Amino acid sequence: MIFSEKHELIRKLVRDFAEKEFTSDILDELDETGEFNWEMHRKMAAAGFMGTKIPKEYGGQGSDYLSYVIMIEELARISPVLSLYANTSNSLGGGPLLLAGNEGQLQKYLVPAAKGEKILVFALTEPGAGSDAGGTSTTAVVDGDYFVMNGRKTFISGAPMADYCIVFAKTDPSQKGARGISAFIVDMKLPGVSLGKDEKKMGILGYPTCDVILEDVRVHKSDLLGELNKGFANAMKTLDGGRLGVAAQSCGVAQACLDEAVKYAKERKQFGRRIADFQGISFMIADMATELAAAKELVYNAAVLKDKNSKEAAVACSIAKYFASEMCNRVAAKAVQIHGGYGYIKDYRVERLYRDARIMTIYEGTSQVQQMVIAASLLK
Amino acid sequence: MKIIVCAKQVPDTNEVRIDPVKGTLIRDGVPSILNPDDANALEAALTIKDQNPDSTVSVISMGPPQACYMLRECLAMGADDAYLLSSRAFGGADTCATSTTLAAGIRKLGKFDIIFAGRQAIDGDTAQVGPQVAQRLGIPVVTYVQKIREFKDGTVVVERQLEDGFEVIEVKTPCMLTAVKELNNPRYMTIGRIEEAYTKEITIWNEDDVALKPESCGLKASPTQVFRSFTPPPKGKGEMLSGTIPEMAATLVKKLTEKHLL
Repeated sequence: MIFSEKHELIRKLVRDFAEKEFTSDILDELDETGEFNWEMHRKMAAAGFMGTKIPKEYGGQGSDYLSYVIMIEELARISPVLSLYANTSNSLGGGPLLLAGNEGQLQKYLVPAAKGEKILVFALTEPGAGSDAGGTSTTAVVDGDYFVMNGRKTFISGAPMADYCIVFAKTDPSQKGARGISAFIVDMKLPGVSLGKDEKKMGILGYPTCDVILEDVRVHKSDLLGELNKGFANAMKTLDGGRLGVAAQSCGVAQACLDEAVKYAKERKQFGRRIADFQGISFMIADMATELAAAKELVYNAAVLKDKNSKEAAVACSIAKYFASEMCNRVAAKAVQIHGGYGYIKDYRVERLYRDARIMTIYEGTSQVQQMVIAASLLK
Repeated sequence: MKIIVCAKQVPDTNEVRIDPVKGTLIRDGVPSILNPDDANALEAALTIKDQNPDSTVSVISMGPPQACYMLRECLAMGADDAYLLSSRAFGGADTCATSTTLAAGIRKLGKFDIIFAGRQAIDGDTAQVGPQVAQRLGIPVVTYVQKIREFKDGTVVVERQLEDGFEVIEVKTPCMLTAVKELNNPRYMTIGRIEEAYTKEITIWNEDDVALKPESCGLKASPTQVFRSFTPPPKGKGEMLSGTIPEMAATLVKKLTEKHLL
């Protein structure tokens, strides 16, 4: 895609920021401790990254999906995990509010999230409801001006730091499947809200993930998000945008893998010459570059469709996410292969990138869920 | 306070190579950037604006139309408006003609309190344009400013970097200050300000707009003649002396005497 000068300048800003601020010391610390880096969160907020595509009147930067995917790609190119810091408020956290929030909710919850002053996360998945998100068993029962919520949400990224959480719960048990589900904004300080232990993850360490447990949590009816019993459509629409973010993140990770592989192939000598001079290596690099270029075009195209509010956007996001995340894993595997034994050692960057890549085909809809979405759009 | 910043779009010299035959810069495919010292100049201006919100920061540059990109970057860092002096008549200018043109543009901008410029541009490394502009405008100049200490009524107190320390200078405004990188850390643009920067108009002026005759700007008004430019040959390997200190000193004196350096 040929970008406008404005989008080029956004790429320059994010690239300069990531290359300068994401030092290897910080990245090592994130990977070793798994802890959230608040200072980096604040720095990224100051550059406007938390609210890239949130309108200015709601504390955001007023830019678009194309800027958002460029930002995520460039952040992920240096640090896949730090790209998540800027992702949640723009995507899963802010998305449901932008879609369904009333003016009071937008001012109260979206404005501080867009500025990075508060952290807003998204809780849909449950231990028994993953890909089958409609199978949610968390409940919210009316009691006067309140809903009383009970249930357990799992793999909630950012929950340990969150101020607020968008929780999906069954409000009408008489309706089957994805119907009868509503969305709520839950203040994490409410009595009855507790957290599970931080999960020990394979990759993207430094952005803690844990369960959110709700035990007789009384949520005021003013914190019902959107229409009663119609929350699931909101969740699905939010996930479109989220998928685009993961697709962009996959491109950033793959770009980093390609860059590392090219560098190493030119440095490493075996049999008296650079390994880059062996066709077995050089053709792998050619394949990596080609797949990556194709994935980027899918991502940028889906972003432009989102910006145009096109009906084709949802499927385009699934296609981009499916291809880019699978591509990212193939490219990461080749990058490790090109590094040989060194690629298996933590001193080399590709070891971490390979672990980080693995989540891409899983979160925000597995590849198989994307296949279902894509096929369903063609075969309905 | 009204502040003006002089900025230049330059090739990123980290990426520039020199044609070994012609001795000229190979500019093909080299990205253009905001001159680093000018980013410090702009940051100094924006810091003043942060503290005095009624201040305005205007950025002015001379260059081809593509320099607008660099000016957008200045707007996205927080400048209020941007002006580009651009015309074929300005082309081929040396520092003398450049300062004539910039001074004419600044006169057209009207009254100001401080002009900030970078110490020098990384493509020419002359450090002449800032002081020359000040000369043409008849205002005092302090070069190599590494710290701004305070503003008093109608004056500003700054530290001027020297090789072995600094001097403290109080200077009347309006004045020109040229910035070194030790002055500050330039801020990042923000995504929102990039969006805003593209809703703003960059004013482009030619020689008529700033009341200059074509013969008093550009190549025609540039007395500098480049005699030859060349890449210095890499230095040969140095010679390491060995032995006791008196022995080495004696050898060193002998060798320097042989070369008639002593």
